[in-house]
Amino acid sequence: MLTLPKKELITFLIFAVVVLSMPVWLIPFGASYPGLLQTFAIFGLFAVGFNILFGLTGYLSFGHAAFLGVGSYTAVWSFKLFTMNPIPAIIFAIIISGVFALLIGFISLRRSGIYFSILTLAFAQMSYNLAYSVLTPVTNGETGLALTMQDPRIIDLAFSERGEALPQVALFGLNMAGYGGFYFAAIILILGYFVAQKIAISPFGMMLKGIKSNQNRMGYTGLNTKPYTLAAFVISGMYAGLAGGLLAVTDPLAGAERMQWTASGEIVLMVVLGGIGTIFGPVLGAWIIKYFANIFSAINENILHNMFSFLPASVQDFLVPLLALFVGEGWELTMGLMFVLVVVFLPGGLMEGYRRIAVRISAMSSKETKSVDKPAQTDKQAGGE
Amino acid sequence: MDAILVQFLNGLDKGGAYALIALGLTLVFGTLGVVNFAHGALFMLGSFCAVAFRKLLLLERIELSETELSPWGTALEIRTPYVNEIFGAYGDVLIDWSVPISILVAIPIMLLIGIAMERGLIKHFYKRPHAEQILVTFGLAIVLGEIIKTIFGANPIPQPMPEVLRGTADIGVLFGMAENAVTYPWWRMIYFLFSLSLIGAVFAFLRFTTFGMVVRAGMADREMVGLLGVDIDRRFTIVFGIAAVVAGLAGVMYTPILPPVNTLGMDFLVLSFVVVVVGGMGSLPGAVAAGFLLGILQSFASLPEVKAIIPGIDQVIIYLVAVVILLVRPRGLLGKSGVMEN
Repeated sequence: MLTLPKKELITFLIFAVVVLSMPVWLIPFGASYPGLLQTFAIFGLFAVGFNILFGLTGYLSFGHAAFLGVGSYTAVWSFKLFTMNPIPAIIFAIIISGVFALLIGFISLRRSGIYFSILTLAFAQMSYNLAYSVLTPVTNGETGLALTMQDPRIIDLAFSERGEALPQVALFGLNMAGYGGFYFAAIILILGYFVAQKIAISPFGMMLKGIKSNQNRMGYTGLNTKPYTLAAFVISGMYAGLAGGLLAVTDPLAGAERMQWTASGEIVLMVVLGGIGTIFGPVLGAWIIKYFANIFSAINENILHNMFSFLPASVQDFLVPLLALFVGEGWELTMGLMFVLVVVFLPGGLMEGYRRIAVRISAMSSKETKSVDKPAQTDKQAGGE
Repeated sequence: MDAILVQFLNGLDKGGAYALIALGLTLVFGTLGVVNFAHGALFMLGSFCAVAFRKLLLLERIELSETELSPWGTALEIRTPYVNEIFGAYGDVLIDWSVPISILVAIPIMLLIGIAMERGLIKHFYKRPHAEQILVTFGLAIVLGEIIKTIFGANPIPQPMPEVLRGTADIGVLFGMAENAVTYPWWRMIYFLFSLSLIGAVFAFLRFTTFGMVVRAGMADREMVGLLGVDIDRRFTIVFGIAAVVAGLAGVMYTPILPPVNTLGMDFLVLSFVVVVVGGMGSLPGAVAAGFLLGILQSFASLPEVKAIIPGIDQVIIYLVAVVILLVRPRGLLGKSGVMEN
């Protein structure tokens, strides 16, 4: 149950070490501060979950941010009503978003291909619009749901007095705002990664891959594919809810903008950039996009001038305004361009790029083999008709 | 009665915009088989054609007056727009009518953008899965939106409509109601008529010209038309350009109703996809009918009486309709059977 084949076990262990040592190896990149580290862990988890649906079954959902939002709201309500301990909060987040995913998935999965994408998009937009308007008593509308001094917090207040300041999320005394939150999220990411690996090699995962490569044929063999796709949808919805809950754990605030369809688009970007269908790829994609979002958007012209101060002034004056278009406010332009380039030239994402390079290198080292076949492009068949 | 008429009218202009965008989307899907998530961005680019054209008209030469002084003691700046220098008093008319006139500018620009987009990017995606088409056009939409943001900033830029058209029309009188019971802004009426005539033009073009005939034949059986020695790819490229022009013009004329901003494309895109799905993927009349239908439905749903019965219905009505249609009649209202039905 809790074991993996040797090869997967090694990748899992390497992954765990990489994640846990992030605060160290990210220092040279200037990204080693708690806020960003938490984002890395949380969106890595979101991407791993999204890949279980998109990567394994080929169903492209454009509404996964809705589950992220539901998870966040649930977690904040758990803080408000029961306790500031994050564990019940994320458990509630998983359950509620799972129920939500079951409902939406049950309806959306009656269609496939582009119709499925549009259905999920429609549901996500509905949730977003409702969160802004009618559901204001639950979601607190545009202001967003936050903790207040008057919250009941029945479990916490049964054991202690109401304090002077707003309480903070803490796991038995460990504050979740800083590195504590990162390690909490990181451990959950590692667990989530393990589960995703298990799913990918399990008979269930094989079924999902079969559905991706040819759903009709799977049907002809007498298999009812619906329960499998629905299970994949619910699992990935739960991952999203868990990620949303973790967002609330590290910062107990939930707003409807988390559910907007651009947020759903972002997660698709992450998975595609990293590599659809691989397990590490989506995490890598999430890290890269979040890194860009934080680091690139902070660069301005002055910083660029300092960076290029070794160049002659004339070159600098030409180069800096040009590069300034792509950083700071314009970082999304970089992201969009990067995304288009990846889809055009490298549909398998960065992981496929890595594989191609690895093949090239092994071809060079063994000179007897003159021609090396391209790696099998199993990921091509995304989204059935 | 008059409340119903008001809501009906309010739905028309929005419905017109939906119909125009959905028409282009369907055209592209029917000919090239490409799901174009960047189509909303074309609408946005069109609206920015109007913005850019007005900016161009308002370019002015600044001179320092030698005799007069401004209230704070510096030399008074005399600003004369270049158009006034070239056209004299007509310059003011030009500026006043900048939005309708920018249609003339927008047509060639949008045609070029459309053709460049198709030749440069989309043609490589004919044979790739729909998911990849969605992804690449989605990325393109982000890029276009961001380019506009770097040029024009992230704030909405209001565009005035020509002065004569600023008032409202008293529609109610025509139906024998009291004066000012039902009024409707002239510009919205013009937008509705404009969208109707543009739709009519596209249909006539496809129906009554040889080019249109070839395109329709290509929609039915691309390979066969190709075998008959027609360069169908080139025709389809031009169709893509036409779809871009339609979306762009819809954007140009919409600017006085909704100030253009770089996120406009995304907002309209989601809705017009829903419109296409409701109308039936690949069906041009379906797209138009569904566009108007959903526009009117949406405006009815925002009636206070309706909202009192089902709170929040105005926010979700379009999506709700789409969900029901997709589940009950997946080919859409007027879709042909067998086209993208599963």
